Amino acid sequence: MTDNPIIKLNDINKTYQVGDQPLHALCNVQLDIQQGEYISLMGPSGSGKSTLLNMIGLLDRPDSGQYQLLGSNTELLAEEQRAKLRRQHIGFVFQSFHLIPRLTALENVEVPLMLSGTAPKVRREKAIALLTELGLSEHLAQLPRQLSGGQLQRVGIARALITDPAIILADEPTGNLDQKSGHEVTQILERYNHNGITLLVVTHDQALGNRAKRQLNMLDGQLVNDSTASITAVNTIPNKTISKKNRAELT
Amino acid sequence: MNLADHWLFSYQALARHRLRSAMLLLAISIGVSSVLLLTSIGEGARLFIEQEFSALGAKMLIVLPGKKETTGSAPPIYGTTPRDLTIEDSETLKKISNISHVAPIIAGTATVSNQSLSRDIIIIGTTNDMFTVRNLKLQQGKKLPENSHIRATPVCILGAGLAQKLFPNTSAVGQWLRIGEYRYRVIGLLEQRGESLGLDLRDMAIIPVQSAQMLFNSPALFRIVLQLKQADFETKTIAQINKAIAQRHEGEADITVVSQDSVLNAFNKIILAVTASIGAIAAISLFVAGILIMNVSYISVSQRRAEIGLLKSLGASAGEIHRIFLIGSLVLTIFGVLIGIILSYSLIFLINFNFPDIPVAIPWWSTASATITAVVVGLLFSWLPAKKAAAVDPILALRGEQ
Repeated sequence: MTDNPIIKLNDINKTYQVGDQPLHALCNVQLDIQQGEYISLMGPSGSGKSTLLNMIGLLDRPDSGQYQLLGSNTELLAEEQRAKLRRQHIGFVFQSFHLIPRLTALENVEVPLMLSGTAPKVRREKAIALLTELGLSEHLAQLPRQLSGGQLQRVGIARALITDPAIILADEPTGNLDQKSGHEVTQILERYNHNGITLLVVTHDQALGNRAKRQLNMLDGQLVNDSTASITAVNTIPNKTISKKNRAELT
Repeated sequence: MNLADHWLFSYQALARHRLRSAMLLLAISIGVSSVLLLTSIGEGARLFIEQEFSALGAKMLIVLPGKKETTGSAPPIYGTTPRDLTIEDSETLKKISNISHVAPIIAGTATVSNQSLSRDIIIIGTTNDMFTVRNLKLQQGKKLPENSHIRATPVCILGAGLAQKLFPNTSAVGQWLRIGEYRYRVIGLLEQRGESLGLDLRDMAIIPVQSAQMLFNSPALFRIVLQLKQADFETKTIAQINKAIAQRHEGEADITVVSQDSVLNAFNKIILAVTASIGAIAAISLFVAGILIMNVSYISVSQRRAEIGLLKSLGASAGEIHRIFLIGSLVLTIFGVLIGIILSYSLIFLINFNFPDIPVAIPWWSTASATITAVVVGLLFSWLPAKKAAAVDPILALRGEQ
């Protein structure tokens, strides 16, 4: 492990107001992620996995704590700058794919480069190359509704990869897929991880989670288990002290 | 995101949501067309008047008796004059170098009869210069005698309609008829033509100006119409006219000279005001189209929440989303305006082609202002929905929650 993690979360807290009850979605989260790691994040629903993912993806802001992405602090950045960082360094893969229905597979993959202002010719070539690499060369001009689940997710992965991000954040990437397609998608993600991209997979699927070299478990907004001992999840509040009521809110 | 991509993205959004886009395009194009078509009617009226004036041929001046001035007592009125404008006055004006034709006019009503058939009509007493100045043509016979300003020859020229009524079964030329107390021989027929400056030439008789003086028993001219050789020296010529009349009228230029331009301008001003107000009323339909854009944009923002959330997660900032939606409306509006312009110009073309008598034309300024209004309305009314889109929480939107 190097001393320069690409992602460094320090004492992150996030509370949502649910009705008149505050919901502690993230509680003193401490996490370092090194370049090229393969991490799975597991836990029951409502444990704060998605919030943590959004926090890392710069979609959400912590109430307190520090978040360093590639060595620079992000808490004080303006929305425009956060959007730019997101565009440059972070790739999202979603459970329900989230392709734009009116755009073809190729156009969907081009969208991130379109947002960053890349010339049409350059981004088109890049998107074609990437889709070909993922075995979709015959589906470039097809609309999402003409593609199967596995194909849709591969388009989604291509879209996440096209900006050459430092980290891929995959939220239940196989959740909507049958076993075979799910397996394919997992292999693709692992292949790119093998080539050096950091991969963070949020999943309910124990089998998928176990494939990762480093496994994180969340419960009630806290990282309760980190399978690699080198990075410690700091548990300031023991599990038992969370009130029953609060736990009911979370689940 | 650069501009070309913005257009592309908006275009894709429009082209692939056909029904919604078609409805909005329809609304905007109807708005634009209604402005263009309504103003085209006003513009048509203006063109009609301009045409009427240009039918008069070259530059024309009208000399009226009496000075337009404020006299002692309120309210301001036309100053009356004890001195009439006479045939001799009009003869004097012929000496001014820039005047080519002078037509003195005596006008009045009289009863014209041929045996038992009779009509009360307007009688114009004038000279042959009238035919040149007002661009009148004969369909049959000959003009007035050259000495009409000296001799009261008992001859007349009839309008086509009048001739038809008085001599239903025979040719009028060569026949005698009675005007008031005198008998006249018909020597010519005017060409069939509609109204000219409010005078219905079809029901009119023209006689020599001296004969009219005798008929109405008054030397006073109704007016003098002049044709200029060169329009450029109009101001100078008017001064010369005033001077010449003043010399004959004991030092007082008690006449009013009206130029064709000033009459035309007066008409133009009125009609332009009417057209503009019609246009403003029509602009309400553009406003309605704007509200429609707003409603549909709101719906579109709700429908595209997931897409907005996605774009944000892919690195679009709130400002970018705002621009995407604004430009989307702009693209829509511009297409709508284009369709509206094409529709109305084609319709006007068809009307002009099939009914050349109906004067309609779309003024350029209404095209320009309708376009600008539509674009401004489109942008204004999509501002709020775009702002709403920019404020979408990406996390909730991606989860499919409101």
